[in-house]
Amino acid sequence: MSDQLFGAMLQSIVDGAPEKAAELAQQALANGIDPLEAVNRGFAVGIAFAGDQFGCGEMFLPDLLASAEAMKAAIKILEPEMLKRGSRREALGKVVLGTARGDIHDIGKNLVATILSASGFQIFDLGTSVTPEQFVAKAKEVDADIVGVSALLTTTMAGQKAVIEALDRSGLRPRVKAIIGGAAVTSKWAAEIRADGFSRNAIDALELAKNLMGKGTASV
Amino acid sequence: MRPRVQLLSPELIGRILREAFALLMNPGVRVGSAVVELLRSAGVEVGVADNDGVARIPESLVRRCLASTPRDFCLYNRQGEKAVHYGGDDVHFDPGSCCVQMLDPETLEARQSETRDLVRIVQVTETLPQFAAQSTAVVCSDAPTAIGDLYRLFIVLQHSDKPVVTGSFSAAGLQGMIDLLAADSGSPDKLRQQPRAVFDVCPSPPLNWSEFGSHNLLDLARAGVPAQIVSMPLAGGTAPVTLAGSVTQHAAETLAGITLHQLAGPGSPIVWGGAPAIFDMRTGGAPMGAVETAMLNLACAEVGKHLGLPTHGYLVATDSKFVDAQAGAESARSAMLGALAGINMISGAGMLESLACFSVEKLVIDAESIASAQRLTRGIEARGETLATAMFAQTGLSGEFLKLKETRALFRQEQYLPSPVIDRGGDRSARGSEPPADVFTRARTRVDELVSKYRKPSLPEDVLRKFQAIVNREADRAGVAAGLPKN
Repeated sequence: MSDQLFGAMLQSIVDGAPEKAAELAQQALANGIDPLEAVNRGFAVGIAFAGDQFGCGEMFLPDLLASAEAMKAAIKILEPEMLKRGSRREALGKVVLGTARGDIHDIGKNLVATILSASGFQIFDLGTSVTPEQFVAKAKEVDADIVGVSALLTTTMAGQKAVIEALDRSGLRPRVKAIIGGAAVTSKWAAEIRADGFSRNAIDALELAKNLMGKGTASV
Repeated sequence: MRPRVQLLSPELIGRILREAFALLMNPGVRVGSAVVELLRSAGVEVGVADNDGVARIPESLVRRCLASTPRDFCLYNRQGEKAVHYGGDDVHFDPGSCCVQMLDPETLEARQSETRDLVRIVQVTETLPQFAAQSTAVVCSDAPTAIGDLYRLFIVLQHSDKPVVTGSFSAAGLQGMIDLLAADSGSPDKLRQQPRAVFDVCPSPPLNWSEFGSHNLLDLARAGVPAQIVSMPLAGGTAPVTLAGSVTQHAAETLAGITLHQLAGPGSPIVWGGAPAIFDMRTGGAPMGAVETAMLNLACAEVGKHLGLPTHGYLVATDSKFVDAQAGAESARSAMLGALAGINMISGAGMLESLACFSVEKLVIDAESIASAQRLTRGIEARGETLATAMFAQTGLSGEFLKLKETRALFRQEQYLPSPVIDRGGDRSARGSEPPADVFTRARTRVDELVSKYRKPSLPEDVLRKFQAIVNREADRAGVAAGLPKN
């Protein structure tokens, strides 16, 4: 019975069906299934599968976002019960995100936030045109593990470097890892500004973040 | 008959404009604080939130502003001649901008672009008649970032007589660039009368004229220096997924920009331009070589033409990282389409990797595609009294057409004669022991030839001194050392 339910949960995420996912979450609670188990054996398996499918070109960004939305809907139902039981899902890590100073393009950053959040990271999204000081302050405040800086424009990429320098100056690095992304960002640029990693898309960012937390499937 | 391509029916253009006007009222357009007073004094309701108000711009005001927008204007070269005509179906090309990387032809790796790269691009562009204008094509990583926009123009003006498509990187950076152009023209008035450059100004999708963009529109309108709105909806990402929906968003953003611009400087020249693209659902990137991206550019320009405005588009670029078959196919295809659509200025040649990397070798190959496109738009003409019978009257059945005076007189008009970049040379054994070269190798040779043919314009000493003084002043203002790379 549970296995069937877990399978349906997985499917609701892959289908990107928030109503279905919420309904299944309700059903799990009604059946007395441990909410953490519902996440780990059902919904989270779905999001991981969606990520894999995206990676091999079978699913696309709109599909992935729908999966993330379905995940959010399920978690919303399950969270109060998890809190009650004290079995809150352990966050994979705390990630502070924002776009570089002067850059208001946030579509890539938002994708990363959605995918990371759906996959179990705790996200602190500072929004657009964020100064190095704001990144540092937030990272300190929430005891972040990772700071991610996005820049679309070739002219605002310098802002990524400024954030990394600020993290260095504040003494947060190397404990806090700095990762970058954006259309014009290359591995060369990442190496030049001594970022701890860069990724080309949101799924790669997830893999990167997991690796930096020592919870990845591949080595950095 | 001039061949043309049209993608939108008159009915669809009508719907696009109706919905674009509707969008300007609801949800409205986010505008920078620089233009809030200007809009309010024109009776526009502007809300205030997060320093950026949302303006609801009524169609009547937009129509009034459209009425004051020039239908056409020219860009002039340093000699004071009309070199680009923005208007009607005239088609011009300029290299794409603005990359931070350059493809190294030796290693085939992308490296940071520098002053020497920009100079080389300008030199090659200067010698190629396919390019009516230069562009400030790459950021020079060896110059101070804070004055990177000004510095590019400083370099281009020293090395070229052609008009320039450029743009500033900040609200504060624009004035220095206008001053540089005024020094080149002789005075701000002369620059206004015979503009040498057009400035790209970009809204941020969706429906957002940021502080920087708003400011630039105002400053350009007041200086009377041509502006080119480059709206760049990404279909499915930052704009509706349908091509028609993205064209509608583009129209709304551009109409809003024209309104801000004409309110600040009625009659000041402005271009209905753009760099719309689809949104890649795998990578989240903007595939500039996709056929749908070309379709968006054509459709957006069609809406501008319908309004009787000068037009611009972003084509002749590729997503390939190398100067390969994909680069050739994507770039040539969109060059043809853009020319057939009669877009006044088509930017993008030379660009690889979805606008991230420039290749001067690609630029000379693109020049051949552009020349072919230009030939195509001239169409097929009936020359002479008869099409063929008069020539047959001379040759009979001998087949000796090569000897005819008509052949000699007309073949240059009938045929575009490509440079050696294009392989037209017989069979592969024709060169004896020398193996045939591929297009990239031929392009490299061609670049070297063009660079050696290039002659740097000689600018009067006092103009050069003024240039240097402006650059020094702007460097001081930005708080950077004026120690510039030698060019």
